[in-house]
Amino acid sequence: MSKKYNVVTSISYPKEGAMGKTGSWRVFKPIFSKDKCVKCLRCWIFCPEGAVKKNKDGSVSIDMDYCKGCGICANVCNVKAIIMEREEQQ
Amino acid sequence: MRKRMQCKSNNHGKGGATMKNIIINTGNYSAAKAAVMAKPDVVAAYPITPQTTLVESIANYIASGEYKGEYICVESEHSAMSACIGASATGVRTFTATSSHGLLHMHEMLHWAALARLPVIMCNINRVIGPGWNIWADENDSISQRDTGWIQFYCSSNQEIFDTVIQAFKLGEHKDVALPVMINYNAFILSHTSMPAEIPSQKEIDDYLGKYQPLWRIDPENPVTFGNIIMPADYEKVRRAMQYAHENAKRLIPEIAQDWKKKFGRFNGNLIEKYRCEDAEVILLAMGAIAAESKVSIDNLRKEGYKIGLARVRTFRPFPAEEIVKLAKKTELIVIDRNISCGYEGALFTEVKSALYNKSDAKVSGFIAGLGGKDVTYNHIEDMCKKAIKGKLKETVWYGFEEVKK
Repeated sequence: MSKKYNVVTSISYPKEGAMGKTGSWRVFKPIFSKDKCVKCLRCWIFCPEGAVKKNKDGSVSIDMDYCKGCGICANVCNVKAIIMEREEQQ
Repeated sequence: MRKRMQCKSNNHGKGGATMKNIIINTGNYSAAKAAVMAKPDVVAAYPITPQTTLVESIANYIASGEYKGEYICVESEHSAMSACIGASATGVRTFTATSSHGLLHMHEMLHWAALARLPVIMCNINRVIGPGWNIWADENDSISQRDTGWIQFYCSSNQEIFDTVIQAFKLGEHKDVALPVMINYNAFILSHTSMPAEIPSQKEIDDYLGKYQPLWRIDPENPVTFGNIIMPADYEKVRRAMQYAHENAKRLIPEIAQDWKKKFGRFNGNLIEKYRCEDAEVILLAMGAIAAESKVSIDNLRKEGYKIGLARVRTFRPFPAEEIVKLAKKTELIVIDRNISCGYEGALFTEVKSALYNKSDAKVSGFIAGLGGKDVTYNHIEDMCKKAIKGKLKETVWYGFEEVKK
């Protein structure tokens, strides 16, 4: 959690899921293959939603509560450790 | 001019530093010297007459190694203010300077700096707005930026410019203010006229200002979003907080100047500088160079038996309404404006009358004089005062458009 500043101007502080869980309207979902991953962290850098989490051992995992299924991670992965699959009808 | 310099406006040489370093140089040089002595980490500026020699001086200090800040050459004044805002948001001290059309080009970012509560310090050399193209003194440039949330000072001597620039850093960076500050002075009459100014040592300035402690800053270790959308009720809080900050500034401006006087022996600091007001029956109100010139007129009018004094308005924002009400208790007021809010009247005239509303029924006369850099001498000012005292002026008088008494 960020330190709060004592000033009245427009500053917002990062907080997980301030608007609720926003991953429900995905059409495609990322399938992550740990065996192929080389821990380059390109997916972690490029994910526009901060839904790719960096673990302590340098590996990554995807937070499906917030992933919108945009496919950027799969697109930037050089070793095809992430592929996109259509979500099943619920 | 020479006569004005002899006015006893300051307590030169009383107490303060043991070794005096007095320079004789222009208003722009005094401002540049003050700016580099405050050691801003970033200066971003675009040259414009009559501000040019100020930013050239700062560039010279960088070339000579005397000043070690970052100087960003930008492609416009809008970018200069944007660069200062960006730099200030990282928590460092910033300075810029401009004039006239340059100030107007900054307009959007002036609001931004104030709403972001970033203490960018800026000198604005009051110059005419075109067309017609003209580079001389006129206060319409800064008056038109009245509502941007900036603190506005109007200076009357090179010493005051130096002192006010340093004090502006102290004021703007104060945690109860956190606002940008604009130090205004008239084109050429001050910017390019040499006068003596006493310069304290670098160590004294360092001790006086201390290190800038920002209220908020962009910090990768503490990520926040700035300038995001906020709802109506929260936006109103932001504006209200700015208003409170201006009220705090009213209290702090004289306090900071008192502290300065203790250290350096000079006092340039109240919201209003009063000159021979004690037993006055008439008080003249003016700003900037016209106010400095007025001191000579007051002396002459006193010799002729008029009980007249001068109240030089130093801060236009925050506006010293309470002090003006006090002045108007037993006196009538005369206001000279080197600006015009077309469709109404001079800006200071409006503000003075508004301050008196419901609190005083003093007679107030207003003059427009010296637009476009037209010379306003002490003779003219005496003439205006006499006209106001004798006559029953019902509306703003454009001085010099009637017959000028010699």
